[in-house]
Amino acid sequence: MLELAKRLTEAFGVSGFEEEIRAAIREEIAGTVDEIRVDVLGNLVAFRRGTGGGRRVMLAAHMDQIGLMVTHIEEKGYMRFAPVGGIYPLTCWGKQVRFTDGTVGTVGLDGRARRDEAPALKDMFIDVGATSRAEVKQKVGDVATFIYPFVAQGNAWFASNHDDRAGCIVLAQLLRDLKGVAIAHDLYVVFTTQEEVGLRGATTSAYAIEPEIGIALDVTLTGDLPYATPAMEVALGKGVAIKVQDSGMISHTGLNRLLIAAAQAAGIPYQLEVLHAGTTDARNIQIARAGVPATCLSIPCRHVHTPSQLVDRRDVEAAIALLKAFLAGPIALA
Amino acid sequence: MADLRAVLEKLSNEFGPSSHEKAVRGLIRAEIEGLVDRLEVDALGNLIAFKAGFGPEPRLKLMVSAHMDEVGFMVLHIEKNGMLLFSRVGGVDSRMLLAKRVVVGDGRIPGVIGLKPPHLTSDNEADRVPDIEDLAIDIGAEDDKAAGAKVKVGDYGTFATRFTVLSEDPAWPIVRGKAFDDRAGCTALIGLLAERYPVDLYAVFTVQEEVGLRGARVAAYRVAPDAAIALEGTVCDDTPKAPDEDVSPVTRLGAGPAITLMDRSLVSHPGMVRLLQEAAAAEGIAIQYKQPALGGTDSGAIHLTRGGVPAVTVAVPCRYIHSPASILNLNDLSNTVRLVAAALRRVESKDLGRETP
Amino acid sequence: MDKTKIGEMLKRLVETDGPSGVEAPVAAVVKELASELTPEVRVDALGSVILRKPGAENPPGRIMLAAHLDEIGLIVTKVEGGFLHIEEVGGVDPRILLGQEVTVYPTGPGAEQYPHGLTGYIGGRPPHMLSNAERKKATPLADLRVDLGLQAAEMVRVGDRAVVRGPYTELLAGRVATKALDNRAGVAAMLGALGYLAGMKHEWDVFAVATAQEEVGLFGAITSAFGVAPDIAIAIDVTFGATPGLKETETVPMDKGPAIGWGPNMHPGIVKRLREAGDALEIPYVNEPIPGGSGTDGAAIQVTREGIPTGLVSIPIRYMHSPVETVVLADIDRAARLLAAFISRLDATVLASLPEEV
Repeated sequence: MLELAKRLTEAFGVSGFEEEIRAAIREEIAGTVDEIRVDVLGNLVAFRRGTGGGRRVMLAAHMDQIGLMVTHIEEKGYMRFAPVGGIYPLTCWGKQVRFTDGTVGTVGLDGRARRDEAPALKDMFIDVGATSRAEVKQKVGDVATFIYPFVAQGNAWFASNHDDRAGCIVLAQLLRDLKGVAIAHDLYVVFTTQEEVGLRGATTSAYAIEPEIGIALDVTLTGDLPYATPAMEVALGKGVAIKVQDSGMISHTGLNRLLIAAAQAAGIPYQLEVLHAGTTDARNIQIARAGVPATCLSIPCRHVHTPSQLVDRRDVEAAIALLKAFLAGPIALA
Repeated sequence: MADLRAVLEKLSNEFGPSSHEKAVRGLIRAEIEGLVDRLEVDALGNLIAFKAGFGPEPRLKLMVSAHMDEVGFMVLHIEKNGMLLFSRVGGVDSRMLLAKRVVVGDGRIPGVIGLKPPHLTSDNEADRVPDIEDLAIDIGAEDDKAAGAKVKVGDYGTFATRFTVLSEDPAWPIVRGKAFDDRAGCTALIGLLAERYPVDLYAVFTVQEEVGLRGARVAAYRVAPDAAIALEGTVCDDTPKAPDEDVSPVTRLGAGPAITLMDRSLVSHPGMVRLLQEAAAAEGIAIQYKQPALGGTDSGAIHLTRGGVPAVTVAVPCRYIHSPASILNLNDLSNTVRLVAAALRRVESKDLGRETP
Repeated sequence: MDKTKIGEMLKRLVETDGPSGVEAPVAAVVKELASELTPEVRVDALGSVILRKPGAENPPGRIMLAAHLDEIGLIVTKVEGGFLHIEEVGGVDPRILLGQEVTVYPTGPGAEQYPHGLTGYIGGRPPHMLSNAERKKATPLADLRVDLGLQAAEMVRVGDRAVVRGPYTELLAGRVATKALDNRAGVAAMLGALGYLAGMKHEWDVFAVATAQEEVGLFGAITSAFGVAPDIAIAIDVTFGATPGLKETETVPMDKGPAIGWGPNMHPGIVKRLREAGDALEIPYVNEPIPGGSGTDGAAIQVTREGIPTGLVSIPIRYMHSPVETVVLADIDRAARLLAAFISRLDATVLASLPEEV
């Protein structure tokens, strides 16, 4: 799984521009499913036919990460940008970013910004080392993001984009582990696009698939940082988090009950999650068509939406184990 | 182009705040009745016109849309002294309300939004823009009874601007009027209907874009197109800046139709963007790109309907949108028509995919 | 059906707790109350209760009424000894929480011993310990604690819900103060309408939906409207009743009947027919201009599928989203009668006329 984690966290994929990560995932899951297709919004939909008599289950993890889009190239070659998804200005200054073609730049702070105040994105620019507009290869509309090498350090995994490559790793590894295993349920494993800009890929793919059950795989925050507020009882290394509520949705009570029972029966470490701010693809899967019982399994992650995010591999393993346990038998949802 | 100008003038002068587009719809209907095969009005008031394609079956279904509504006001309360308290319908710029002429209700009653004279304004008041709650529309009524005879609570209002021509120079033809966002788009769509295309065309004049892209959402669900193009009148901030300010004008008047790469509601489908770029190159039409990440358009709603729709927005640059009067270059308008027409002539299934497998 | 019966239904509904996402207990009460009114009941994936009262043999149309089932509440984020940290479920003003009694519904080990929940109190820090400035400031939700009066609370776990108590209290002039008028008043009006319809002829099929999860995103309305696919719809909710201190432009009068909403979320043809029904049967109502989003189930229903002509009927209440919400009972009855009158007047001409009226 380390190789998989490295491959998926080091591939480029910003909301709306997921080509590279999609190709990487596609290769990693080759041979594990019956059909793969790419839909109108760029979602990678992998279908694994069940043995029969089971449910139609949609599992979703988003391929996109937040990034920056060039909005204007100044005469001197400095590139102004707008955020794609929720970028904290505090995380940008001085960071190195990479464009799709591999061009590297540093995010600079212009002279209007006061060094003693929190910076604003409008006072920043990307500096690729050019001295004029003519030297710059990039165009308005090009996207860049933070991509740094994956590091495994004990149980700690560091990457710039665990949100939500951690979820993608879970689903890709699940498919590999299920190879040759008989599961009754039809699985639609969807690697969605554009989650960070409005859960868009999940919206259309859930409509098209019409699942009976939906489970998103994403990250969640942890309550174990110094002076953490508001209180959150999710901590790194304590297991996969089963989401009860976040700021965008309330999970299906019955579905959560089944997942908790499956975790308890199999001795899989789990936590219960209430997230104050933030939501996932599960929200829009739940309200597709006439409604879908849905929830989210979350990987606890520190420093979300910063360029150096941290998860515990045991939590990733717990998520995979829980999905396997849950899918092994019938899903007794009314 | 004279035709487009005449249509734009009629549409711009007409009254159509969000959810009250009836009069605009009537005008458009009259303009296109002879040009389309079928017309219907849906549950929210969208005008859906169908023009069959001449290409071989199976034909692609293209939805091209423009919104009929403009930002405006609603009367909330008639005060005892005859003044009308009002609220905004859609994103009317607060700064634009002071000392303006408006029209209210189906009777098109003229009124003014007044402001305390500067002589009586204190220094710290002078810096602030009053909230809409502290303003009132004065229709000249001495009391609520007199006002009530002319208008009622719930009546809609718009700015009272009349269309004018600022320049007749064919190289730089400029007009001024209200609601170019999105009567410019509507005009372009009417212009497109002069021709028949290989594809099936659903020309949809939507409602309630300004209050949440609401008409486009249900119209797209109904039409279920294979691809969509929204036509807009968009932000243009090309007025001269300070010498050391190197900023994007968002779009520029006269630089051609502006293509959306990304705004707050949409990341345009790359195939649709390429289609427009190739059409522009083939026809020798100069195009520009709207500064990313600003605003939202009907494409934002359309592309997320059902299983997803490849979509893009093309816009005519308009200075001062969401204010009493905008300014646009008629060449940008006619080139928008030419560009989209060229795209409709060339579009094929292969443009609508997402990638090479 | 009459005003007394509606009052009784309201009492049963508000005295049952059901915050967004866990509406099942209230759904059960709705099903029970509806059992005399209609034979067809189902519950959908999100927990909305869908009642059907058939019209004529070949009904010219289907109308959906929507009144949301859920109330705002609290959810446990951390258990610290006998104290609970809480988060909001729906829009809770933290200022009203100080000094309130709550019922906590545990689901942890040993929870079976507390079928009616646990009592908790949100006490806050004593004023003696606070400076003058601190006493003037609202305590943020993150700093409030529910005190169960226990040393440990193993039966409570993260994700458990709590509801602020607001007992049914009769005031003067036919007014009642209680928690959850938003939107049990709407549900009562909707059931009342079904009751009144039992004594009237109506051609159209009626789907009365008690929707789930309105307070957190109109989710029950979105999904139930898709499933029911009605031809027209009316949302029934509460609105801001006139209260000293609030501007006239922000509220509607109390005790003058329900408010009929007018604005972008409402179809003019539906509004017209609601007003006509009120005029014809001399049911008082007021007009409520809503220039923006209505923030109700109606806003979601209007843009479902190919679009649904929608109206909004609202019952004026004071102190919305607090445990002392106050209503004039007669206004709920008027809303029920108005809806029944509107429905009974629907005929085969309506659907064809609506596109011309927008």
